[in-house]
Amino acid sequence: MSAKTEAAPGTGLDARMIVERGRFRLEAELTAPPGITALLGPNGAGKSTVVAALAGLAPLADGRVVAGGRVWEEVAAGLRLPPRARGVGVAFQEPRLFPALTALDNVAYGPRSRGVPRAESRRRAEAWLERLGAGHLAPRRPSGLSGGEAQRVALARALAADARVLLLDEPLSAQDVEARAASRRELADALAAFEGVALVVTHDPIDALTLAGRVAVIEAGRVVQEGGAEDLRRRPASPWVASLAGVNLLRGRLATTTRGDAVLECEGLRLSVLPGDLAAGRMAAAVVPPRAITLSLAPPRGSARNVIAGTVVSVDPAGDRVRVTLDTRPPLTAEITRESLADLGIDRGTAVHAALKVTEIEVFSV
Amino acid sequence: MRTSSVLVALAALAAVFFALPLVGLLAEAPWSAVTTTLLSPRVASAAAISLVASASAVVLGLALAFPLAWVLARTRFRGRRWLRGLVLLPMVLPPVVAGVGLLTAFGRRGLLGGALDAMGISIPFTTVAVVLAATFVSTPFLVVTLEAGLAGLDRRLEDAAATLGASDARILVTVVLPGLAPSIAAGVALAWTRALGEFGATITFAGNLRGRTQTLPLAVYETLQTDAGAAIAISLALLAICLLAVVAVRGGLFREPPL
Repeated sequence: MSAKTEAAPGTGLDARMIVERGRFRLEAELTAPPGITALLGPNGAGKSTVVAALAGLAPLADGRVVAGGRVWEEVAAGLRLPPRARGVGVAFQEPRLFPALTALDNVAYGPRSRGVPRAESRRRAEAWLERLGAGHLAPRRPSGLSGGEAQRVALARALAADARVLLLDEPLSAQDVEARAASRRELADALAAFEGVALVVTHDPIDALTLAGRVAVIEAGRVVQEGGAEDLRRRPASPWVASLAGVNLLRGRLATTTRGDAVLECEGLRLSVLPGDLAAGRMAAAVVPPRAITLSLAPPRGSARNVIAGTVVSVDPAGDRVRVTLDTRPPLTAEITRESLADLGIDRGTAVHAALKVTEIEVFSV
Repeated sequence: MRTSSVLVALAALAAVFFALPLVGLLAEAPWSAVTTTLLSPRVASAAAISLVASASAVVLGLALAFPLAWVLARTRFRGRRWLRGLVLLPMVLPPVVAGVGLLTAFGRRGLLGGALDAMGISIPFTTVAVVLAATFVSTPFLVVTLEAGLAGLDRRLEDAAATLGASDARILVTVVLPGLAPSIAAGVALAWTRALGEFGATITFAGNLRGRTQTLPLAVYETLQTDAGAAIAISLALLAICLLAVVAVRGGLFREPPL
């Protein structure tokens, strides 16, 4: 048992789960304090099995799950709470809406099952649908909903369940690309007031890093790393984590320069960006792939509009390339070839200029 | 394979074979006397017994078939295939054998006869016997359709309901039964029409007592010996009821699957 959960008893989620499903074996330890934790992993890593195990739908072969100060399951003690007794709200990867009920009654199903009167249940359901921008779907049946609409209704149903632990399995996967940023923001808003543990399962590092302060990375049935975005970036526990955590994620506010260009103000940096349809004043996150940053000793004369001066604080090998991190605020990491490193003579303490092409920077609303 | 003209001709011949008895009923029907025959006290009482018995058989059948279908569809145990065989046996058993079997089980000198007698209950040659005979032969249709329906349900919906706090009873009412509705409707249509047409087991186990155990098929059989026209009239009524039942409950029966 980790010291973290002992320090805050009775609030978070602390799980050690061994689940055998045919040839797949999940052997994962997962802790999550109240707030949003992302469970990030590639396809087939066992993310949905974690959801099923925590929900009580997949019995543990061994292990122990404690949530909100209550033991949900402890194999050694022969204890296993059924799904209905756990107080869990699940939005499954496939929406699993009840086909005979309207969207509204689907969302009201949780409160109704827990004895809330019909009218009050419907009122809550309506409020949740509104909050997720799905109020107009209330009278529709699941068969008349698109994939993205059904997913929103399923999300509202999980949130309306008044759960202590929310398990959201790929909650944005069915949203189309244009709606995705807006959906992400709505989800973040909806989760902001939630006091329990929200576990957001995703294969998309952007979703994970923009929604959650804390990320647990799962690979091949094991949780290989838990921590903040910065921990993943600094100490990636696996090549997969390294490949996605090397990405520079800059959070800040969008602003407009006197010349009318959009910039993202992020701590000490002002980055020119292409904001798409995001308005100035919005909170946003920019993603800069480390290979999109070029380093030079003298100020570059190319087309890059973003040139940032900094001093090298670390040089780490990454396969046949190296990662060079600068002392900028927030720190920027560039990935360059070993040849360029040698040509430039870069080492710790070298003063360099980093150039970022505007077109290589992706901007998301958060 | 190509559809040859020989096959088409043979199909036409088969269709004639099925159509002829219907045409015969319509052609030979004493149309002027049909109404008086059907309104006669004897036919009216047979119709009442038929309707009550077949409806009771379906209700009783549902109560028997649902747990059986559940166990067959959702559990795995040794002897499950034998259980299914046992339950489906009445579908292929000659009805008269079913009737003899029911007598040996529930008759006065049957397996349970002594116990029932002690309680002052005698089943053979009562309306209850008509219901039991109809239940015995028609319930397998319910078991078959309900088992197929249960096997086809998406159990992930039941899991979702469980995580939302629903009790087993609530999951049954709000998720399982609505999902099973088409199978229930199909099973009821098949079982009810089978119960309505039951003859062999009924006459063996319940006898042919007017006003007590004489159902419409038994009335047809008895009338045929003395008044063929009346028998045809009652037969037409049965035909119409069965046709209506199947069409009303299972409109999809005649829907075209794509080639």
